[in-house]
Formats: sequence, structure tokens, C-alpha cells
Amino acid sequence: MASDNILIEARGLTRRFGPNVAVADLSLKLAQGEILGLLGPNGAGKSTTMKMLTGNLAPTEGEVFIKGQSLRDDAVLAKQQLGYLPEQPPVYPELTVDEYLRYCAGLHGIASKARAAAVDSAKRDCGLSDVGRRVIGNLSKGFQQRVGLAQAIIHRPPVVVLDEPTVGLDPIQIREIRTLIRELGRVHSVILSSHILPEIQAVCGRVMIVNRGRLVYDAAIDAHLGNPKLIVGFARAPGSNELAEMQGVLSAETLDDRRFRLSLDPAHDPRDAIVALAVQRGWGLQELRLEAKTLEEIFVELTSGDVQPLMRNAA
Amino acid sequence: MRNTLAIAANETRRIFVSPLAWAVLGVTQLIFGYIFAGAVVQYVRNSDMADQAVGVSDYVGSGLYGSATIILLLILPLMTMRLFSEERKSGTLTLLFSAPVTLVEIVLGKFLGVMVFVLAIIGLLALMPASLLPVVNLDLGRLAAGLLGLLLLTMAFASCGLFISSLTREPTIAAVGSFAALLVIWLLKMPASFDSPFAPVFDYLSLISHYQDLISGLFDSSDVVYYLLFTALFLWLTVLRLDMERN
Repeated sequence: MASDNILIEARGLTRRFGPNVAVADLSLKLAQGEILGLLGPNGAGKSTTMKMLTGNLAPTEGEVFIKGQSLRDDAVLAKQQLGYLPEQPPVYPELTVDEYLRYCAGLHGIASKARAAAVDSAKRDCGLSDVGRRVIGNLSKGFQQRVGLAQAIIHRPPVVVLDEPTVGLDPIQIREIRTLIRELGRVHSVILSSHILPEIQAVCGRVMIVNRGRLVYDAAIDAHLGNPKLIVGFARAPGSNELAEMQGVLSAETLDDRRFRLSLDPAHDPRDAIVALAVQRGWGLQELRLEAKTLEEIFVELTSGDVQPLMRNAA
Repeated sequence: MRNTLAIAANETRRIFVSPLAWAVLGVTQLIFGYIFAGAVVQYVRNSDMADQAVGVSDYVGSGLYGSATIILLLILPLMTMRLFSEERKSGTLTLLFSAPVTLVEIVLGKFLGVMVFVLAIIGLLALMPASLLPVVNLDLGRLAAGLLGLLLLTMAFASCGLFISSLTREPTIAAVGSFAALLVIWLLKMPASFDSPFAPVFDYLSLISHYQDLISGLFDSSDVVYYLLFTALFLWLTVLRLDMERN
């Protein structure tokens, strides 16, 4: 992961609303070409974090830097590098798509000559080319969401922040938006929040889980899938040392009198050998499956009950 | 500056695509026309007194512009109520807050946007006495002072309405609130007539007392300064209010 070109950085963000702490001491760094997924149960502080990152809410403590520019010291300069799609797309229902996007382009400082081209390319990217002359209020929720997305990327900002970008879209549109986000992620930095775990898994390179305002997990998306365990069960179980001695097996843990959990060496897959050996020695193989921790399991583990904050940095 | 104009242009566009703006323009025009026609008819009936005590510019112009203040007091809260409260309610305020524009630019843009609409009303008000130009000698200076007074007065109305709109997320509450606030400031004229040491203070603070000079053709820079200060104060309060919102 490239760490030389940091586009957005947050240091120790804290936000209190009266006595309630919405976000506590949250730090993040995002390099060019990274897509970060922000996960968390309802009310965990995702939207508050995004509002702080985009200058809509001043943090009680901490600071945000966009391309090294402090959002507090020079908000205008920092915001030029930013595109934001809030939870509710900020569209004016009485304007047409073209009028609205032209206004957004002007608001983000695109020169009037370049405005038409910017509007066209944003419309093309978001699949809005056919509805340019329609009034936004008459469009479906999915299309309004796309207009909101077009607004966030119209000035091609280095940092794009998307709060639940696929809410209200049909499955085909979701696929298109995901493709678009992936494309954006090549040249820009993208932060997106979602409730939909497969979506994060499909799009993001990195995932952060926030619970009760605190960062409880931060890792590359494949880090938790990288080291699967193997569950094996036999009718006539051998000793665990017999399994542990096999090539590709790092250790064997006894689950009950018939089942074991094996840690694997990623370089050698021992499954074939285990089957052969079980047949040869008459162990009576009953069960053989990979136990990969899914994002969902991690999510549930970290966000339900009182779990000590577990930090993992795979970067 | 460019951002202010972009926001103002968008605001004006949104005002003029809304049916409310056209309804307000139509209704006010009807009322103004009724008052204007009535004044002309009355003046003609008393034509024996014409050009002696009261001139036509005075009677028709001042009569029209004087009643216009009350109608503008009623309609401007309706025009300013949406400016911030509706944007807050529908979440579009986020667009402005995340864009590389300052709060001052946002507030000035909104203010200018609504003033374009007000200028349309004032322009139509200017045209009514002007329609008499081919047949009557009008005191143009006096009418101009009255129109300038209307412009300054509506600037004060609009800035106050803008501020109240930034306080709430319900447009109707913003409308009621700004109407009440404007009426109270207007009615400071009442305690000003009591015999008390503060009477001149109330008189100075009242929105309408400064208009009376202008409408009678008396251009006093202190009246102009009053309206400009009033407007600047409320625009500044709006900026402060929006800044508070982020903190």
C-alpha cells in the first residue's frame, strides 16, 4: 500500500454532543488509490465522522488534513479537494439535472468554459445522460442518488466521501455504482460507509469498523481472509500430533474427541494429503472444511456486546 | 465574489421556478394596481385642487409606495422563509457547507438572490407612476427617493427574514417569526410617541420612521445608513448562526 501520497488524514477526531461522545479519538490515513470502507452498527458514529471529514461539523478535538491542508486553517482550500455525498442526496427537487450539476460545477470553482464538459462527463459516469433535462423531483430515488453522486465527483476531487451511496438503488444500479466507485478508487481516495457487508467486501481495499464512536478494527480487506483454518472430523480419530506432523499443517487444536482445527501454511495445501492419509490409515474422514472468518463474523464479534477494543493494523 | 454570484443566480432561479414567486408577484401586482388606480381616480375627482396643495407625484406616488411597505412587510417573510430552513430540512445545506465557499459568500449569495426577486416587485412599482409620464409632469426625484426607500426597507426585511430562516428548520415558523420580528421593530414607532426620554431612541430604531423622510422626497444620509446598518447586522448574525451550526 502506498503511504507516500496521503490524500486525507484525520488525527484524533473527537466529537461530543453535550455529554454524549459521538466519536472518540478516531484517526485515519488514506493514500491515493485506496478505497476505505467504514462499517458500524446504526449510531456508531459513521455519519458524524464523515461530516467532520468534509467540514460539515467541527470536531471537538483533533484535526483533518486534506492533501496536507488543514480543514480548520483554510477550509476553502481544503474543500476544493473534496467531494461529498451525504446520506440524503443534497439535490434541489425543483431544478433539472443539468441546471443542478452546472450550479455544483460553478460552486466547486470549475471555470464556466469547462463547465459543460464537466457536467457531461459526470452524467456519463453516473448514467444520467438521458435524464439531463428532467426535473430532479420527478426522478426516482435511485436516480436522485445518482445525481447526488454526480455532484460529488463533478470536479474530480482527489478525495471522495460517500455516505451509503447505494441506498435505494436497484441491483443493477448497485453494480454500476460499485464499478464506478472502483474506477474512482484508482485515481482518487474514496471513503464509503455502508451497512451492506458484501458491498464493502466487493469494493474496498481496506475496512474500518467503528463501534460506539471508537475505531475497533482497521485492516486490509484480505487480511482477515488470508489465514483460513481447516476443520477436520474423523470417525476414528488419530492423535493430534499425527496431524500436526503433516506437511502444510502448522498446528492442530483438538475441538472434541473427533474434530480438530488445523492452522495451515498458505504455501502447502494439506487437504489432499489428509484425505489420502485418512483412507490409508482408516480414520474414517467425516468432515473437511475451511473455516474462514468472514467480515460479517468479525463485524458481529466486534460490535455486539462489550468487547475490548481490538486494534489490528495490517497495513 | 464569483461564488456569491453563483449562489445568488441559483437562488434566483429556484425562486422563479417556484409557483410561490409567481403567485406573490401576481397578487401583489393586483393589489398595487388597485391602489394605484384608486389614487389616480381620486386625484382626478379632486382636480380643482390639483397642483396646489398636493402634487400628483405626491398623491399617487407616495400613496402607492406608502401602502406598498405594508404589503411588502406581509410578503417578504414568505419569500425569505425557505432560504435556509428548507435547505436544512431537505439536507441541501450540506452541499453549500461542503463546497469551497465561505459562510459570508453563502449568506450574501442568498441575500442577493432574494433581492433580485424584490427588485422585480420594485421595478413594477416604478412602472405604475411612470405610466402617467406622457400626460403629467412628475417629480421624478421625489419618486426616486420613494423607490430608494422601498429598496432599503426591503433589504432590511430580507436580511431579518434570512436570519430568522437560519434559526429553524420549518419554513412556516421562519415566516411567522420574521413577520413578528419585523412588525415589532416597525411598531417601535408606538412607544416613540409617548412622552418619555427614550422616545427619540425608539423613533430612531423603528423601521418605518426612516422611510417617512424618503417617501416625502427628503434624502437624509442618516436614514440610508440606518437601513444599511440594519441589513449588515442581520447578515452578520446569519453568518454567526451558520458558524455555530458546525460547532
